[in-house]
Amino acid sequence: MRIYVCVKQVPDTSGKVAVNENGTLNRASMETIVNPDDLSAMEQALEIKDQTGCRVTAVTMGPPPAEGMLRELIAMGADDGVLISGREFGGSDTYATSQIIAAAIRHLGLEEEDIIFCGRQAIDGDTAQVGPQIAEKLDISQVTYAGKVEMDGKLVRVMRLMEDGYMTVEAQTPCLITCVKELNRPRYMTVRGILECYDKPVTVLDYEALKDEPLIDPGTIGLAGSPTNIFKSFTPPQKGAGVMLEGAGREAVRGLVERLAARHVI
Amino acid sequence: MILSDKYKLLRKNFRNFAETEFTTEIQEQLDREGGFNWDLHYKMAKYGFMGIKLPVEYGGQGGDTLAYVLMVEEFARVCPVLSIYANTPNSLGSGPLLTCGTPEQKKKYIPPLASGEKKIVFALTEPGAGSDAGGTLTRAVKDGEYYVLSGRKCFISGAPLADYAVIYAKTNPALKGNKGISMFIVDMKLPGVSLGKPELKMGINGYPTSDIILENVRVHESDLLGPLDKGFSTALKTLDGGRLGVAAQSLGIAQCCLEESIRYAKERKQFGRPIAKFQAISFMIADMATEIEAAREMIYSTALAKDAGEKDAPMKCSMCKLFASEMANRVAYKAVQIHGGYGYMRDYKVERMYRDARITTIYEGTSQVQQMVIAGNLLK
Ligand SMILES: Cc1cc2nc3c(=O)[nH]c(=O)nc-3n(C[C@H](O)[C@H](O)[C@H](O)COP(=O)(O)OP(=O)(O)OC[C@H]3O[C@@H](n4cnc5c(N)ncnc54)[C@H](O)[C@@H]3O)c2cc1C
Ligand SMILES: Cc1cc2nc3c(=O)[nH]c(=O)nc-3n(C[C@H](O)[C@H](O)[C@H](O)COP(=O)(O)OP(=O)(O)OC[C@H]3O[C@@H](n4cnc5c(N)ncnc54)[C@H](O)[C@@H]3O)c2cc1C
Repeated sequence: MRIYVCVKQVPDTSGKVAVNENGTLNRASMETIVNPDDLSAMEQALEIKDQTGCRVTAVTMGPPPAEGMLRELIAMGADDGVLISGREFGGSDTYATSQIIAAAIRHLGLEEEDIIFCGRQAIDGDTAQVGPQIAEKLDISQVTYAGKVEMDGKLVRVMRLMEDGYMTVEAQTPCLITCVKELNRPRYMTVRGILECYDKPVTVLDYEALKDEPLIDPGTIGLAGSPTNIFKSFTPPQKGAGVMLEGAGREAVRGLVERLAARHVI
Repeated sequence: MILSDKYKLLRKNFRNFAETEFTTEIQEQLDREGGFNWDLHYKMAKYGFMGIKLPVEYGGQGGDTLAYVLMVEEFARVCPVLSIYANTPNSLGSGPLLTCGTPEQKKKYIPPLASGEKKIVFALTEPGAGSDAGGTLTRAVKDGEYYVLSGRKCFISGAPLADYAVIYAKTNPALKGNKGISMFIVDMKLPGVSLGKPELKMGINGYPTSDIILENVRVHESDLLGPLDKGFSTALKTLDGGRLGVAAQSLGIAQCCLEESIRYAKERKQFGRPIAKFQAISFMIADMATEIEAAREMIYSTALAKDAGEKDAPMKCSMCKLFASEMANRVAYKAVQIHGGYGYMRDYKVERMYRDARITTIYEGTSQVQQMVIAGNLLK
């Protein structure tokens, strides 16, 4: 059994967010981290590995420095890493991103009992689209928002965290599960893991390696293959100074409610 | 020093662990109540921190001295006493075993230390023999296959938690000074071993220190560690690792003091502006940072020199301890000064750091002893 964990390297948005003059995110000036949901996905995969001894592969699509992140995941316990990287893949939207990742996983081989874990959502793109789209493209079952995962032979039992409760779903492998942060507390790297992670295999898949996959076509990947295009990005305007509402209690409350309703807050 | 990716990743992991796990509540509780936090001990063990420098064949992580000092620095930066938890098994505890142990002794004692299951302490100091370890009065007398040990050790870090102690005892009183002393591995459960009460200390509360009292303790000869009568000189070879550890601990303490001071100096306003705008304050911060950086370079490069087996590495370890511990005390003093009255209050971290810093110029050889070692090397 093999578990693929799709991980994305994202800018650390917990610190200062740097913005270029043209309004786009200044990625170069920000620290990068492993997308938090993806760390939970990795932890879940490693817990299954602890129980079953299965193989865990970290998969990412990104520029060459993303290899450093793969090494971190190997130091946590993943067996190997796959970096999908190439100029042709740049500018992909979620459709193209998932197309490429699905092609890479097909290329690496997806067997009956295999599982793909994704995060629920990446903190930079924030769309929560890539996981479900990979599942669609590979034509396998998907379960999103996993808050608990149990293995039962070829059956996976997942507690899905919903806004107002939870739902337990069973799925047959192979399947794709997207994980939320609440699922677990990711482990740290071990010292030996770090010392050894630079000797573990990281496979790089470029366009050449994937071009014969049916999902890969210049028309389905990269900027050209993206049905959506980012037309403009900008920094939301700063909130202005606060307003004091004058008047007696009831009147002031009505004024407050009107303002909140006008902004669709309530 | 420019660290390679591997060491950067190690540092990132140590920092992340310390910042997440060494919570303010735990730190304050340890400082107030003393005792020992077993949960953290086991958690550190789980990630390999107890055996970072120990060889893989004995269950360690196979790291080197640079990895070790990075760990101690990052841990001490958040909590100096918790840095000792992972420091001891890597230095004083296992050092004598690694340098002098027989293969059987190593196989028996090191793996459980590396995994955190067992704890070993280093017991050299006596009420009458501190800097002058040659004044050791503890005696070991041969009786058949056993040595019978009697005496009293004091200020032993971790003694109340220990499974084993490396005990120094005089085996040949005819030999003077540091000669005629041997090392023994003493099981703390042996009949005749007892403990003094945990000392009330100025700082590093949360890692108990006490006397070990030995009354006719029968230790099997297979637990004689290293050559008979030459225990002290062989042990000296392992002390430099511990000294580098104390230097790294001092460095972490100083780094914390600097960061707290920068934050506070930017926030605190007097005379209508942040105190950081006063040259007197900002220059103090510049001096602190410069001294810290000097110590850091010295410690990291000494770690490399030690692993490379350079001849003057032991002396450099003494230099690191001397400079870094005195530096940490100067920096902690300034940090409290920058915090003004608030820095004297327990609510502010620099107050605890100031107390914790104080031990670093005393244990594992006082500053004066380091000066003696350095001068002795230069003037021989
Ligand atoms: C140069 C550039 C140009 C872009 N142009 C467009 C554009 O024109 N139109 C548009 O809509 N978007 C565009 N994007 C954004 C891009 O679509 C998203 O970053 C990407 O598709 C992932 O979506 P997301 O971040 O919302 O991930 P989500 O869907 O929120 O991620 C969910 C999960 O999917 C997995 N995952 C996501 N991305 C990866 C990855 N790269 N590798 C491995 N696993 C992953 C992770 O497990 C993650 O937790 C562009 C991005 C870049 C960098
Ligand atoms: C919290 C704590 C933990 C400790 N943990 C351990 C432990 O785990 N194991 C262990 O074996 N010991 C331990 N010690 C003991 C420690 O190593 C000794 O306290 C230290 O070596 C100094 O010895 P002393 O206290 O007897 O001071 P003394 O040796 O009496 O020194 C008093 C003063 O005289 C100075 N001095 C002494 N001789 C000279 C000289 N020749 N020239 C110039 N100045 C000199 C010293 O520098 C010092 O300033 C610990 C001590 C403390 C406080």
